[in-house]
Amino acid sequence: MAATKHTLVALVADRPGVLNRMASLFRRRGFNIDSITEGHSEIPNLSRMTIVVDGTATMVEQVRKQLDKIVDVIKVTDITGPDIIARELALFKVKAAPANRSEIMQIVDIFRAGIVDVSQNSVIVEATGDEEKIDSLYELLRGFGIKEMARTGRVALSRGGPPAEKPSVRKKKKN
Amino acid sequence: MKLTGAQVLCQSLIEEGVEVIFGYPGGVVLPLYDTLPQYPQLRHILVRHEQGAAHAADGYARVTGKVGVCLATSGPGATNLVTGVANAFLDSSPVVAITGQVARHLIGRDAFQEIDITGITLPMTKHNYLVLDTGLLARTVKEAFHLARTGRPGPILIDIPRDVFEEKVEFHYPSQVDLPGYKPTVTGNPLQIKRAARLIAEAEKPLILAGRGIMISGACEELAALARAQQIPVVTTLLGIGCFPEGDELSFGMLGMHGMAYANMAVSQADLIIAIGMRFDDRATGRVNGFAPNARIVHIDIDPAEIGKNVRVDLPIVGDVGAVLKVLNKQLEPAKNMAWFRQLDDWRRKHPLDTDGEGDVLLPQYVIEKIDEVTKGEATIVTGVGQNQMWSAQHYCYNRPNSLVSSGGLGTMGFELPAALGAKIGRPQDTVWCIAGDGGFQMTLQELGTIAQEQAAVKVAILNNGYLGMVRQWQEMFYGKRYVATPITCPDFTKIAEAYCIPALNVKTREEVVPAIKKAMAEPGPFLINFQVEPEENVYPMVAPGAALDEVIEKPKKGGS
Repeated sequence: MAATKHTLVALVADRPGVLNRMASLFRRRGFNIDSITEGHSEIPNLSRMTIVVDGTATMVEQVRKQLDKIVDVIKVTDITGPDIIARELALFKVKAAPANRSEIMQIVDIFRAGIVDVSQNSVIVEATGDEEKIDSLYELLRGFGIKEMARTGRVALSRGGPPAEKPSVRKKKKN
Repeated sequence: MKLTGAQVLCQSLIEEGVEVIFGYPGGVVLPLYDTLPQYPQLRHILVRHEQGAAHAADGYARVTGKVGVCLATSGPGATNLVTGVANAFLDSSPVVAITGQVARHLIGRDAFQEIDITGITLPMTKHNYLVLDTGLLARTVKEAFHLARTGRPGPILIDIPRDVFEEKVEFHYPSQVDLPGYKPTVTGNPLQIKRAARLIAEAEKPLILAGRGIMISGACEELAALARAQQIPVVTTLLGIGCFPEGDELSFGMLGMHGMAYANMAVSQADLIIAIGMRFDDRATGRVNGFAPNARIVHIDIDPAEIGKNVRVDLPIVGDVGAVLKVLNKQLEPAKNMAWFRQLDDWRRKHPLDTDGEGDVLLPQYVIEKIDEVTKGEATIVTGVGQNQMWSAQHYCYNRPNSLVSSGGLGTMGFELPAALGAKIGRPQDTVWCIAGDGGFQMTLQELGTIAQEQAAVKVAILNNGYLGMVRQWQEMFYGKRYVATPITCPDFTKIAEAYCIPALNVKTREEVVPAIKKAMAEPGPFLINFQVEPEENVYPMVAPGAALDEVIEKPKKGGS
């Protein structure tokens, strides 16, 4: 079975140590995580995490079920598929002499990104999009020299419908 | 009325039905120990090492089905619990471990006897807590016991800072828990159960693989009903031993590395495996891609993460095995697979276990067989890990649930003595035999002190071969007989026992075995027998590591016969 990237979305209790519990699980069961992001959800005291895992369907299902066993994890859903919106935020500090600033700005415009800081020798570019877009922008900016880069990793939601992982509509475990 | 944190803890434990705490005091738990006399319904048993407390709580939990409780101070007290907590985790034993922690204002400052025990036990507990708000202590205890005993049971650790024990709060014990992230699936999917019934009806060579989940669920009767209605042979895992009477003709013993040859052959030949409350441990399956090659596999377990973790499963049913079997049994039509049964029965006749040595030698298997005879198979057997464990599993005939207590998943040498203490405390009316090797016994023999102090009538049988026997066996078979670090000297165990005022005997010959066992049984209190057995006896049958279950090595036949 081929390994592909899966997007898991987890609703977790906003308590100290939750991230530690999840990280410990990934490490000890040998799961490879591409990225993990966490932030507040629409429900008070619950955070929503987006986890990107590279693996076979069987392995990812094992990750999902093991995560679901953590008491502080309310629900984990594999939302991989065409019906998701996945975004990433990236900040690039790009070398920019006054001579090539306009060229950078053109590229930034094409990517609907923005320049959020300008200094003597560099600019900071802010971009939002899926990984492919961020990767392409990175490739183009690299030519100018990237001094620093920070990427958030993927955050994702499934389109339309009720949230797949709401605790109140917690689905019966699939057999 | 306001209570101190220590009083809240004691009240909460009483609310949860706790009667016994295995513990060891120390600095930060002093306020708790000072409070204990106010609650005489909580019996505290002072162990000699915290590992013993955790194993005793585990043994207690396994024989009673109740939650076992152990207690230790911060730092080294807490870290000493770790092996026992890990042991309970791998064998899904309901244990609540309570540790003291340094006072809240000292946390994170490397205070005296401070260690991050919730961090340490994170991968080996079902859940754990550091209680920073005394107002949440009662709720935490409520949750801990709920988590420990429901779903797939497991150990829960509660770490309590010293000043939380001393702070006064209003006590109110919650009647319910609110854990949105914890909802074990109890009822099996009816459609899947229906499919399972159809697979059973279609099968010509069905086989039940029964694990300890059946006993945890209290589903032994449902299992027996399933097996008998369809004449389905039953093979158990090591920890599943006792869930189906081994005296029954449908019982074909234990599978796995040292399972019965006929049990392993049955797995390899079966066309349908009904795995119930078990998790396909590698010691049970042998080489996974050679496991049950001809069978479709139905897997019934309460833990969804066990489905498909180690072996491919054709039909999973997630749920409490008792609840699932009740529904399944109603859908079965009586049928008899007599040809398949006769085949297995024939293998069983042709592959008996051998307990007689040549000449006068005293074989360890013989000792187990005689303990079985004298106790009429009604004792609770608590084993160590290694050869003594495998012989105890093979040569005692277990007919009662939870009559074998053994460290299966973690394989913890030194488990036997403290776990036997816990078992005896939990089932005082039972005869409890601790079967130890001379190696493992030396790991926790200080618990003889606890046994003596409590006058717990544990009967200890040491199968003394002067080696770390199982490792020696592997060195003999796979490392060219190079016995590195396996010959081990022993103290005179009878003198050790006598030093603890525990009567003891040395046994060197076969004739002495039965009288010694009878003498031990006649003694009202604890008793120890040191059996000097054949030093280089091996455990057979054996499936070598990495081999498939049908590649069984059987005991070499004696010359001429």
